[in-house]
Amino acid sequence: MRKIQNNLVPALLAAVIAALVITPIFGLELKRAGMKLSLDSHWSYVLWGSLAVFVVQLLRPALQARSVGLGLPKIPRLPAQWAKPLMFAALLMAATWPFFAGRNAIDIATLALIYVMLGLGLNVVVGFAGLLDLGFVGFYAVGAYTYALLNHWAGWSFWQALPLSGAMSALFGFLLGFPVLRLRGDYLAIVTLGFGEIIRLLLVNLTDWTGGPDGISSIPKPSVFGLEMARNASTEGAQTFHQFFGLSFNSVHMVIFLYLMALLLAIVTLFISNRLIRMPIGRAWEALREDEIACRSLGLSPMKIKLSAFTLGAMFAGFGGAFFAARQGIVNPESFTFIESALILAIVVLGGMGSQLGVIVAAVLLTALPEIAREFSEYRMLIFGLVMILMMIWRPQGLFPMQRHQIKVDAGPAGAAGQA
Amino acid sequence: MNDFIPQLLQQLFNGLSLGAIYALIAIGYTMVYGIIGMINFAHGEIYMIGGYVGLVTLSAVGTQSGLPIWMVIGLMLVVAVFITGLYGYAVEQVAYKPLRGSPRLVPLISAIGMSIFLQNWVALGQGARDMAVPALLPGALRFGDEGGFEVFVPYTRILIIVVTVVLMIGLTLFIRHSRMGRASRACSQDMHMASLLGINTNQVISFTFVLGAMLAAVGGVLIALAVGKLNPFIGFIAGIKAFTAAVLGGIGSIPGAMLGGVILGVAETLAAAYISSEYKDIVAFGLLVLILLFRPSGLLGKPEVEKV
Repeated sequence: MRKIQNNLVPALLAAVIAALVITPIFGLELKRAGMKLSLDSHWSYVLWGSLAVFVVQLLRPALQARSVGLGLPKIPRLPAQWAKPLMFAALLMAATWPFFAGRNAIDIATLALIYVMLGLGLNVVVGFAGLLDLGFVGFYAVGAYTYALLNHWAGWSFWQALPLSGAMSALFGFLLGFPVLRLRGDYLAIVTLGFGEIIRLLLVNLTDWTGGPDGISSIPKPSVFGLEMARNASTEGAQTFHQFFGLSFNSVHMVIFLYLMALLLAIVTLFISNRLIRMPIGRAWEALREDEIACRSLGLSPMKIKLSAFTLGAMFAGFGGAFFAARQGIVNPESFTFIESALILAIVVLGGMGSQLGVIVAAVLLTALPEIAREFSEYRMLIFGLVMILMMIWRPQGLFPMQRHQIKVDAGPAGAAGQA
Repeated sequence: MNDFIPQLLQQLFNGLSLGAIYALIAIGYTMVYGIIGMINFAHGEIYMIGGYVGLVTLSAVGTQSGLPIWMVIGLMLVVAVFITGLYGYAVEQVAYKPLRGSPRLVPLISAIGMSIFLQNWVALGQGARDMAVPALLPGALRFGDEGGFEVFVPYTRILIIVVTVVLMIGLTLFIRHSRMGRASRACSQDMHMASLLGINTNQVISFTFVLGAMLAAVGGVLIALAVGKLNPFIGFIAGIKAFTAAVLGGIGSIPGAMLGGVILGVAETLAAAYISSEYKDIVAFGLLVLILLFRPSGLLGKPEVEKV
């Protein structure tokens, strides 16, 4: 009780500040009628806002005292022999549920999987190597436009363009990474942001090539082993998917197929990054993240290590981009703004930097929740920003913090090690 | 060819007034960076909020209130500076203070969150679309001969330059001679030592945020008057450019921020005039990248030595 009393004056002060801060934005709404500006007042917002701040401030010391040691629950460690069957079951479920689900749900799940892919890619750069990249969306854009342009100008199909999209993004990552990776943490962040914006601005302004702000449309969807997924084949004499398998045409097939492809790409990304982190190069990334100077003094070349992480991360973004272009059927610079980079970064941070399970969960959460809570869509970004701040305050390590790969040797009976 | 010189003068003037705005914002970045070594990503949004508060004040007073114009503008500036200063304080208390002493990336991510939050906060409260600002100071000075190219100097732009110069002189004197100014210089040299010598470092940090926000608010009000419109998303690009200006001048250095702002403003305007207006943002970002690559410590900054 004493604590609350001591806190009365600061809480009042906070409430006054809150009222003053809320008033010009929410309390007085600008209305324009012809040449005259007028104001609509909504004092109730101000009142409720400052009241809420007052109560929170008043009770904070009491709450803080109680909540010490109270965090989010830890995920229980599974016994090692369960991990494989469990993963297999999860995979089986992920691969089969769309056949029984609605079209919309599958569509959202596909989008979530694209973000899983991007999140895992950025996780290599930010989580493993500790390089804050705020221009990740630039590489995503390069991948998407590589496929779109190759298709538009040279008629390449998705499967022909996919490897090239990844390679192109990786090349961009390499070329951009080469000069910038000398910089320290936050400078690096700003330069990558600058590069991301430059790529977007170039896409907007190189109108002759990229179609400018309108982008490129009517990009074909991927084919299934050379079979087109459409009502009628686009070339004479060719068979479409449903004709070949003797099914009646159903546009849901395409949706399911895209989902399965996204799942495949996401799993490949997961598998590769999971292997990478156990390889010497992955160890080097982590070492560099922890202490660059120590790393250098042990004879590792920071430049090479950083560049490999940057390039690989960009490559994953390129694959994601090509798939995104194929799924949307249209690319334009609007899809590659900074907010997209921030969203992917939020996925990595929210999940727990470096933690692959965390990235997957966070990607699914951040794409599925806004779709479910459609009536709150106005508040979506507001809450998104708030969650980023609160996460950093309460749980900067993320929902599922990364667990170092380790092998525990059973102690066994005393002296067993010596006899073996 | 006859028009070359007046045209150049016109562009230089435009660049100077734009650069003055960048300089006002850049000081907030550079002071915060100088003291706690973080990029206050939400600073651009503070500038945007300053513009909105000014506009709300203008509407509260009324455009046809009969008060002299200088008084209306003065009132807008005072209210905007006060409220936006509180925003600076609140942002620091909520998003950065609890994170003192955590790894570098943590406050940066929190700052990005704050930036997104504030953008949407204003978009929800005042609408996401462009808000027109009444022209309080219409008219301009014109130089040059009849028929030829006229140099066009709007009063609002003159106001920007005059106010900025006055504020810069005031700020320099304040930092140099006042008690708080000395304390903040001490903190930027060595925070730990300053606190051992009895300086209330928390107070200094809060003060830095408030001062930066106040200067940005002046920039926001002035640009709203000069350009004639506002929307909740102007802060992002302006913030990044002001950060570029701060880095260009040498981050942590106040005269550097002023110099950097002016150079960036002029470079951008010249690029828009002589290359293509679509490429002006690319020029600004390109400049940022080039400076960081070749001279990360900026024009007036001291090179940083990495210690183990």
